[in-house]
Amino acid sequence: MSEKKATRVAYGEALVELGSKNSDIVVLDADLSGSTNTKKFAQKFPERFFNMGIAEQNMVSTAAGLALTGKIPFASSFAMFATGRAWEQVRNSVAHNDLNVKIAATHAGITLGEDGASHQIIEDIAIMNVIPKMSVLVPADAVEAKAMTKALVEYQGPAYIRLGRPNVPIIFDENDFEYELGKARLVKEGQDITIIAYGVMLSKAIEAAEKLETEGVKAEVINVSTIKPLDESTILQSAKKTGSIVVAEEHNRVGGVNCLIASCISNNLNSFCPMEVVAIEDRFGQSGKVDDLLEEYGLTSENIVEKAKKCIKRKVS
Amino acid sequence: MSTVSLERNLVISTEKLQETANEIRKLALRAITKANSGHPGGSLSLTDILTVLYFNLLKHDPKNPNWEERDRVIISKGHASPGIYAALSLAGYFEPEEFVNTFRQVRSKFQGHIDRLKVPGVEVSTGSLGHGLSIANGVALGLRLESKKNKVYALLSDGELQEGQIWEAVMASAHYKLGNLTAIVDRNRIQLDGWTEETMALNPLADKFKAFGWEVKEIDGHNFSEIIDSIQSGSQRDLTDKPLLILANTIKGKGVSFMEDKVAWHGVAPKPEELEAALAELTTN
Repeated sequence: MSEKKATRVAYGEALVELGSKNSDIVVLDADLSGSTNTKKFAQKFPERFFNMGIAEQNMVSTAAGLALTGKIPFASSFAMFATGRAWEQVRNSVAHNDLNVKIAATHAGITLGEDGASHQIIEDIAIMNVIPKMSVLVPADAVEAKAMTKALVEYQGPAYIRLGRPNVPIIFDENDFEYELGKARLVKEGQDITIIAYGVMLSKAIEAAEKLETEGVKAEVINVSTIKPLDESTILQSAKKTGSIVVAEEHNRVGGVNCLIASCISNNLNSFCPMEVVAIEDRFGQSGKVDDLLEEYGLTSENIVEKAKKCIKRKVS
Repeated sequence: MSTVSLERNLVISTEKLQETANEIRKLALRAITKANSGHPGGSLSLTDILTVLYFNLLKHDPKNPNWEERDRVIISKGHASPGIYAALSLAGYFEPEEFVNTFRQVRSKFQGHIDRLKVPGVEVSTGSLGHGLSIANGVALGLRLESKKNKVYALLSDGELQEGQIWEAVMASAHYKLGNLTAIVDRNRIQLDGWTEETMALNPLADKFKAFGWEVKEIDGHNFSEIIDSIQSGSQRDLTDKPLLILANTIKGKGVSFMEDKVAWHGVAPKPEELEAALAELTTN
């Protein structure tokens, strides 16, 4: 995991690659194409790129119109604006119409960094998840971001893909990686505890599992990169085996994936399965360097280790 | 191809159009009364425009709703559903009585606001105001990318021009020079709470659209020859001309004397005796 790359960069590169094979792909942006990385597509395919200016609501509904003509629109902006500002357009123009629009939004979460709370959306997963027909995807690294972008071209229907600003460790081997929408991936096997993570927290979860290993604890790590539809069977299978779960996410705890997993466990398991959560504790973000922010909000491998140990104790008591 | 040609459509007389418009109004009011719910005022003000489109100028095929070569009508004022369903049913998309009998009922195709996944002929589901022009822009861009000559019509209410998204879209239609787009505003001057100019003033609308880079034609939205002429002038533009706005001055509740220009008839169903009076008026007209 020494090499690093931002998921937004991988997305931008994937768009160019896919755009040269499929002329139905069109891309919209709202004056952030340099930051979202759609600029590469814009330069290569200017006639299929639409800069909509700083007007995200119009961008999303325009993407819906393009989808009505058979195009495959990717609409990009910062996640704050694509999912927050334009939520009602995503809900009514796109999802209620069951249109093939991909909301591909970058700079999600507190790892946006220095711009601070006004731009750091920690609610996007919650507000996209609650929309019927919507799929929600979060890649953990650049390899997965590329594979997901490709999968979204093939998938018919509304979808949200959450991308990040910072360079993050490359976890997966590009030559040996396939992404299947709706499938969680078992990243590391273990039997003492299950750590479920996605996005930037997956590399932290892997680090935590390695630390736990040195202390004789065998942790299983699952990447729930498709948040909706959630791969309940993979989660349940692991929960039955380990009997305890830590969920790690760069999102508000309220409305986060931890809630979905808790519901999945309590609805399906008869045995007690304690759960601990590493997430943002219902507070806004702030300006800062990425690593400092992760530390400040407790989104660290150390915290995952601590929660894992606590959870294992709860299991045996 | 079973599609009626444009040329053949044009021979429809004004009398025939008026007769069809009255039938649309009657069906709409019957459905609203049966459901005891719906929007009569804005359905009746839009009816003559719908009549010209679906029975005269539009390239479409009710037996083949997804025909690739059809013109696209994006109706942003989804609450005018009774008028829209009535027009589509008389045009042959489905049985009129099916709509009248099930409008706004549970499990019905005929939702309170139009739904493209349920009703053939509905291009896009709307209802939440302010979305339609953006969607029409997207359709116009998509068709132009394929060098298709199909026309795109966006039907807007006047009240929804208070939505900020509309002006984002107005800017974009002009920026992208969508010559294949014609927007028609049903300027009935009334919204739910009262007169538009008292609720949140819209005037001068023509000047606003011109300032945003549109070509504007102002017409009497109940005069068939003015509706036809303005829409036809829109059809003769190049794909990269200015977008055209037809500002259609209309009367909310048009055709039923006691509903005309009355704020109260925005979203209230007639009582059975009021329906009888309305149907009688529309029959003698």
